Amino acid sequence: MATIEIKPTDTEGASNDPRADASITLPDKVEMKKTREGFGRALADLGEQDPRIVVLVGDLSESTMVHWFAEKFPERFIQVGIAEQNMMCIAGGLAAMGKIPFLATYGAFASCRSADQMRVTVAYSNLNVKIGGAHGGISVGPDGATHQAMEEISIVRSIPNMSMVVPCDFWETYKATIAVAKHNGPVYLRFGREDVPVVTQKETPFAFGRGEVFAEGRDLTIIACGVMVYEALRARETLAAQGVSARVVDLHTIKPLDRALIERCARETGAIVTAEEHQVHGGLGGAVAEVVVQRHVVPMELVAVHDRFGQSGKPAELMDAFGLRAKDIVAAAERVLARKPKR
Amino acid sequence: MSPTTPASAALEAAHRPGRLAWPAEQLAAKALDIRRDIITLLAKAQTGHSGGPLSSADFGAALFFHEINVDPARPDWPERDFWHFSIGHVTPVIYSLMAERGYFPLKDLMKFRAFDGHAQGHPSRHDTPGIEVSAGSLGQGLSVCCGVAMAARIDKHPRRVYCVMGDGEQQEGQIWEAAMFAAHYRLDQLCAVIDYNRKQIDGDVQDIMGIKPLDQKWRSFNWNVIECDGHAMPDILAALAAARAHKGQPSVILAHTVMGQGVSYMADDFHWHGKPPKMDQAEAALKELGTSYADWSARLLAN
Repeated sequence: MATIEIKPTDTEGASNDPRADASITLPDKVEMKKTREGFGRALADLGEQDPRIVVLVGDLSESTMVHWFAEKFPERFIQVGIAEQNMMCIAGGLAAMGKIPFLATYGAFASCRSADQMRVTVAYSNLNVKIGGAHGGISVGPDGATHQAMEEISIVRSIPNMSMVVPCDFWETYKATIAVAKHNGPVYLRFGREDVPVVTQKETPFAFGRGEVFAEGRDLTIIACGVMVYEALRARETLAAQGVSARVVDLHTIKPLDRALIERCARETGAIVTAEEHQVHGGLGGAVAEVVVQRHVVPMELVAVHDRFGQSGKPAELMDAFGLRAKDIVAAAERVLARKPKR
Repeated sequence: MSPTTPASAALEAAHRPGRLAWPAEQLAAKALDIRRDIITLLAKAQTGHSGGPLSSADFGAALFFHEINVDPARPDWPERDFWHFSIGHVTPVIYSLMAERGYFPLKDLMKFRAFDGHAQGHPSRHDTPGIEVSAGSLGQGLSVCCGVAMAARIDKHPRRVYCVMGDGEQQEGQIWEAAMFAAHYRLDQLCAVIDYNRKQIDGDVQDIMGIKPLDQKWRSFNWNVIECDGHAMPDILAALAAARAHKGQPSVILAHTVMGQGVSYMADDFHWHGKPPKMDQAEAALKELGTSYADWSARLLAN
């Protein structure tokens, strides 16, 4: 024990695996669907595949869409009531006994309210608990600031042993839920409330711990997670019309982070814009910047919520007001290109 | 007093082969050894908590050498009972119980809180074999045990679940979330033991943040409440047997204890909650306990 093992918590080389890039082109009219529905559908399917799956909920069965699991597997469904800290530790106890517990509540309660329980009981013990945090981001809308979780990435990724996935749409949330059930260790899954554009298909490749290049480009890379992946793809179209070639990366797994892919994007495109529906401090942008400054320095711009609480309003109004639209990514791209050294 | 007839004891032994079921006299002798371990390892480390470990030594011995069904050679034995100390700071008694029961060598106690040992200041699943869930932030353990009991229910497994809590810890709100949960689901395989020593770091529990009437609180949460003298072995065994026999509700044992029990100058003094004895104080304590630092540390290092 005298030597401290330095374990690489981030992935290396995963993105060097031979694979076909997703190459996503959006149609004019995109199907809209809730990411949380992907979570709920996946759990109902997982319940059939693996008897170890147990689902816990804190009085939000329909909101988190775990009610489908509850209907099919009542004996493996645990209603905890309004007690998120209790729920986090109960999940820990279930995991200690070999179950694969998925707990479901709103992100604000899953991350902030039960942060200590996540840190001490779940993460320090490295228990196989899956945390489903619904209602992430400003797009939660009318419920206002208390329910618009925008701190989860910075909280979760600073805790050792934790992994984190922020899927971009219905299908990716479905696949991420299936994938994290097969990963042994605590994982936080962040998804949203509203109908959001479905940008991937059932067949789109997904691997836990590996970012996906959704569209190629030479002049800069837009690295996004969650619903901002859609905005990034739209921004790419606008930039293309201006003669700028933007690569779009869906970095769904925040931790372990696909460092090799980030470094490759920095080297090949020379500029990076990150986009997330989250506070700017400690979020996706910060995670990417940590790699960029250590591996290959290029100018960066961070599209995120800039150190302010949310407020009530329609989701679309709020995404506009908080600067989380394709046009905001385009503006960030223009700024980052202006800072990019001329060859 | 024996809670079981010879015939049922034989049946019990067949079904629960990891349960030692030692008699009271033998347990009292083991509790003395555990107090000697506690003082010795604290004296060596010169860091750690004295008061709670000493008040927990008697019911701790009863749990480990009479009640629980475990196989220390196989900490993950599927048939095992689950035990958990929600009061993570009482690691001196936890590690002593574990080492005396055979989870790891006694000599490991001499590396308590040391950089080159596994015995962390608060119990760590990552470091110590047999620690199933890390602890150290008060109020979380009963919830963990609720999860373990729910897993047993899903599997229709007869596993019993034991959770040791502190009386000061009753001030944590999460305890009562878990209390509500366990009663709601009628987790009768769950037995909580509260080390009711009436002291916490800052002083008397009743002065810091009163918890009385604690028995009525648990009763009103629909738990089976059992009280015992936490230093009288027959009384402790009767309480554990009563908890085991009770169906339809979880049980909580209020073990009335004295902080620092067994060492005259520590007894009932909250100042000993969180500090170790200096070496001369340890020698005085070990003399009261019928040994010396040289003799007892040699015993630990030899095993």
